[in-house]
Amino acid sequence: MLPEIGLGMLWLAAALAGLQLIAGALALTEGGKGLAGIVRPVAIVQGFLAAAALLALIWCFVETDLSVKLVAENSHSAKPLIYKIAGTWGNHEGSMLLWVTVMGLGGAFVAAVERRLPEPTMLATLAGQAFVSLGFYAFLLLASNPFTRLSPVPEDGNGLNPLLQDPGLAFHPPTLYVGYVGLSIAFSFAIGALVTRQVGPDFARAMRPWVLGAWIFLTVGITAGSYWAYYVLGWGGWWFWDPVENASLMPWLAATALLHSVSVLAARNALRAWTVMLGVVAFSMSMIGTFLVRSGILTSVHAFAVDPRRGSFILALLAIYIGGALLLFALRAGTVSEGERFAVTSRESALVFNNVMLSSILGITLLGTLYPLVTEAFGQKVSVGPPYFTPVSAMFALPMLLVMLVGPLLRWRGDTIGRVSPVLALPLVVMLASGGAAFALGVRHALPLLGLAMAPGVVVGSVLPLRGRSLRRVPLNVWGMVVAHVGLGVALFGMASDSAFSIERLVAAKIGDSTQVGPWQITLANVAPVAGPNWTAMEGVLKVRYAGGAEQVMTPQSRTFWAPLQTNAVSALLTRWNGQLYTVLGEETAADNGAPRWQLRLWWKPYVPLIWIGGLLVALGGGLALLSRVAQDLKRRKVREKGDFRRGEVAKLEQGR
Amino acid sequence: MSLKAKHQRLVLILVALVALIGAGLLATWALRNQASYFYVPADMVAHPPEADRAVRLGGMVERGSMKNAADGVTVTFTVTDGKAKVPVRFAGIRPALFVEGSGVVAEGKLGADGIFVADNLLAKHDEKYVPREMKNMSADDARKAIANTK
Repeated sequence: MLPEIGLGMLWLAAALAGLQLIAGALALTEGGKGLAGIVRPVAIVQGFLAAAALLALIWCFVETDLSVKLVAENSHSAKPLIYKIAGTWGNHEGSMLLWVTVMGLGGAFVAAVERRLPEPTMLATLAGQAFVSLGFYAFLLLASNPFTRLSPVPEDGNGLNPLLQDPGLAFHPPTLYVGYVGLSIAFSFAIGALVTRQVGPDFARAMRPWVLGAWIFLTVGITAGSYWAYYVLGWGGWWFWDPVENASLMPWLAATALLHSVSVLAARNALRAWTVMLGVVAFSMSMIGTFLVRSGILTSVHAFAVDPRRGSFILALLAIYIGGALLLFALRAGTVSEGERFAVTSRESALVFNNVMLSSILGITLLGTLYPLVTEAFGQKVSVGPPYFTPVSAMFALPMLLVMLVGPLLRWRGDTIGRVSPVLALPLVVMLASGGAAFALGVRHALPLLGLAMAPGVVVGSVLPLRGRSLRRVPLNVWGMVVAHVGLGVALFGMASDSAFSIERLVAAKIGDSTQVGPWQITLANVAPVAGPNWTAMEGVLKVRYAGGAEQVMTPQSRTFWAPLQTNAVSALLTRWNGQLYTVLGEETAADNGAPRWQLRLWWKPYVPLIWIGGLLVALGGGLALLSRVAQDLKRRKVREKGDFRRGEVAKLEQGR
Repeated sequence: MSLKAKHQRLVLILVALVALIGAGLLATWALRNQASYFYVPADMVAHPPEADRAVRLGGMVERGSMKNAADGVTVTFTVTDGKAKVPVRFAGIRPALFVEGSGVVAEGKLGADGIFVADNLLAKHDEKYVPREMKNMSADDARKAIANTK
C-alpha cells in the first residue's frame, strides 16, 4: 500500500504545483487578485507532500520492500541500515525524487518566511518556482516513477554499487541537491523581478540570504565530494575534472559570482541587469549539470541511468526553462533601468572583475565538458582532462585571487590606488618570500610554484580589511568575508603543495618488507582475511613510522562485495598536522622465490588536508555572512513592527481625543 | 577618473564580452592541443599519434597476452580490436575487473618502440559503469574481438 500512497502524494503535489502556478499568475492580473491569498499556503502544502512521498520511498528501502522495482534493483536485505536509507537517492529515480522534494521544501520555506519582497514580485516568484517544479514532477511521474511495482517479487535485491556504500553517500548528494535546487529560488526571484520590473536594493537584500544558503550547501557538497572521491577511488587524486564534478563546480562558480554581484546591488544599487542574469544562469547550470549526469550521455560512477528517453525529456525541460528565462531577460532587461555609476578604481569595479573572471572560468569549464559531446557528433572521440582544465582555469583564477585582496580595501564608488598600495606591500612581500622558499625547495613547475607563492599572501591579504578596526565591533558579515577569503588561500596552499611535494611509490612487497616513502618507513607486517556485513576482504597490516618516530598501524583492504559481486580497494589514511599518508592494497602478485608478494601503492601528501579545511572555511565564512544578514533582517523587522505598533497606539490616542 | 555618465553600461558589457570571448578563444585553442583522442588498435597502427601526445586506447585484452613482470607491479598485455594489436605496458594497481578477454580503455602515450605506456586503466566495471567509447564496441566489435582472440 505504501508505494501507492507515496505515488498518490506525488501526483497531488504536482497538481498543487499546477494550482500554484495558475493562481500565482492570475493573482498578478486585475481580475484575479482574490487568488493571491492561496498561493503561499499551496506552496507550503506542496512542499510537504513531496517530502512525504520521499519519506514513503525511504521507508520502502528501510523495509527492503522488494515488490518495489527500485528497491529490488538497488538494495539488498543484508545491507547496513544507513546504506539502505542512503541507497534511496543512490539511483536515478530516487535522486530525482530528492530533487523535487528539496525544490518543493525550498518553495515552501520561501512562502513561509519571505516578507521583504513586494507582494506582486513574491507571487511571480512562487509562480515561477511552481513552473520549474512542474516540469520536474512531470519528468518524475512520466519518465522515472520511483514507486513502480515488480512482479514476480524477487528473492532479494541486487544491492548497491560498493563505491556508493560509504558514509559519504549518506549526506553528500542531499547537500549538493540543497545547493543546486536552492539556486532555483534565486532563479524564481530573478523571474519574479523581471515580470514585475522591480530590481533594486530591496530585491537584492531579499534574495541574498537565499543565494548565500544555497552557496554554502554547494561549497560543503563540493568539498565533501572531493574528499569522498579522494579516499574512495583510491587514486590519490582529489579533483579529476570529471564531467560530474564539473556539473557541481559550474553552479558554484555562477553562484559565487551572483553572491558578489548581489552585494553590489544591495549596497550600491548597481549591476542590476547583470545580477538578474546571473540568477538565471546559476540555476541553469544546475539544470545543465543534472542533464549531463542524468541523461547518461556521460559516463561515470554518478551516471545511474542510460535511457535516451530520459535524456530528451530533460533536454526539453532545459530548453523550456533556460530558453524561456533568457527570452524573458532579453525582453525585459532593456526596461530594467541602469544602476548607479562607479569609477574604474572602486570596490564595484573589483567585484565586476571578480564576476568576469568567475564567468570566464565557468565558460571554460562548460566548453571543456561539452567538447567531447560536440566532437563525437562529428565522429571524433576525445576526452578532456586536467591538462586542459587546470592551466586554463588557473589563468583566470590566479589574477582573480590577486584582485580579491585589493577589492575589499577599496571604497565604494571611487578610490585611488595610492591610498591602498602601502597596505598591499605586506601580502606582496609574503608572496615573494614564499615563492622564493618554494623555489629553493626545488619546485620548478609554473603552477605549483605560483600557487605556493600566492597562497600565504592570499591568507595574509585577506585579513587586511580588519586592520585598524576594533575587532569586537567588526560586523559579522565582514568576518564572514575574511574567513571565506582566507579559506581560499588555505585551499590553494593545499592544492599547490599536493602537486609540488607529493611522493608516490608503487611496490610489490613480501610480508616483512620495508619501503621508504619520503619521511615514512612502511613495513608490510601481515595480510589476512577479514569479513564485514556484506563483504569479505584481504586486509594488509602496515606498520609505519614518521622520521623514526613511534610506530603506527594502518589497515588498507581489498574488499569483495557479494551483492553485487565486485572488488574494491579501501584505502587507509593517516593524517598528521603536516600531511597525509595514503595507502592502498592491491592484489597478490608474482611470487619472489616462493614467497607471495602484495602490491602496495603509497603516497605521502604534504599539507593535502588543507584543501578540504580551506573549503570548509569558505563555507564557514558564508555561514557567518548568512547569520549576520538574517540577524539584521530580523532586527529590522522587529523595529518596523515596534514602529507600526507605536504609530497605531498614537493614532488610537488621537482618535480617542 | 569617472566614466562618462551614459556609457558605463556599454563599457561594462564590452569589458565582459571581451573577457568572455578571450576565454572562449583560449579555451578552444587549449582544447585543440590538450584533448585526448580515442583510438582503437586499428587506428593506432594505421595512424600512430605523435609521441608525447596523451591519448586513449580502447579494445579487448587479448587472451594469453597478459604477463606480469618480475618487479611485481608491471604488467604487459596486448589490446586488440580484431583487426590490429597494440602492446601495452602498465605499472600500478589494476582495476578489479581487468582480466584477459575483458574490455579496457588505457590512458597514456605511445612510445617510440611501439609499446603503449598506460598511466591508467579503465576496465569494464559492470553494466552501469562502462567507458563511453566501449559502449558501441561491446555490442558488435567486442564479440568479434573476443571470438578472434579465443
